[in-house]
Amino acid sequence: MITLKADFHIHTCLSPCGDLDMTPKAIVENSLEKGLDLIAVCDHNSAENAEATIRMGLKKGLKVLPGLEVCSREEVHSLAIFESADQALKMQEIVYSHLKGTNRPEFFGDQVVANEFDEVEGFNDHLLIGASGLGLLEVIDNVHKLGGISIASHVDRPSFSVMSQLGFIPKDLPLDGIEISQITKFEEISAMTDLPVMTFSDAHFIKDIGRVHTEFYVETASLGEIKMALKGESGRKIGV
Amino acid sequence: MLVKDICDLFHLDIVSGKSYLDREITGGYCGDLLSDVMANCCVGNVWLTIQGHQNIVAVAALKQIAAIIIVNGRSVDADTVAKAEEEGIAILLSSKSAFEMSCLLGQAGLGK
Repeated sequence: MITLKADFHIHTCLSPCGDLDMTPKAIVENSLEKGLDLIAVCDHNSAENAEATIRMGLKKGLKVLPGLEVCSREEVHSLAIFESADQALKMQEIVYSHLKGTNRPEFFGDQVVANEFDEVEGFNDHLLIGASGLGLLEVIDNVHKLGGISIASHVDRPSFSVMSQLGFIPKDLPLDGIEISQITKFEEISAMTDLPVMTFSDAHFIKDIGRVHTEFYVETASLGEIKMALKGESGRKIGV
Repeated sequence: MLVKDICDLFHLDIVSGKSYLDREITGGYCGDLLSDVMANCCVGNVWLTIQGHQNIVAVAALKQIAAIIIVNGRSVDADTVAKAEEEGIAILLSSKSAFEMSCLLGQAGLGK
């Protein structure tokens, strides 16, 4: 078994609120500097910078999982994390078909599609800051159908979290885990739920990458192993 | 003022809890963040929201809310209606906004 230091909640320059310095190259280099072994990039309602980050990771020796941070109809954010970019892009297609509006960069920020060489490939026009028309349960079901995992984002935060929007975590919601933003809340939150509790950075700026992380005790750095760790199967486990 | 009075006055569509319209309304509250409603809505209030997720039923039951009015012409999820029938919570629909509905309820004497 190996111990992986993981940060599954990193925004790139594609998110309107993400810093323009959050390029695929900078994210990979900084993650390695911070000692992370495994990261996921999750932009708001999009995965268009995931492939470039995966390619950069391959070059530099960092495993990168592609993901999205989907905003549901109830305005609840959740991380959708996959093994392959294809799966993430299929999820993106579903989200885009339920996402209305056009970005106004002067109000919300630029949505930069970048390659692994720090070059701008284009600008995304979708209103990525907006809420999709998918209900939270539909989001989770779609993620599972595509083979991914679904983690409720920053449940201890007063906005866009399952707790703020829905008051509590519905018992029948088939989440794979929940993310807390502050480690100090760990015991308080874990007493309220049977779901695995993780902590990630929700980094929008380079300096914040890896400010908190979750450890996974697994055989290899793959989503399949992460799923086993979340379920506590065959000696795999997580630690915050 | 009873729940059935506001249904008649403002032609609200009743989607659940038809047998629970005799509840007395003590006041009103507007909010779409359930954490806020749980903290601030009072017993017997009529609650105006656009939130259609089934958790609204649990919040209404917990806070002993007189009825929920879903405003702005929105609808509620099918599982929300089923849950509301189970819990005996009246859900009413209005095409008006939360502001317009609040004004009407105020004019009708609620909150005075």
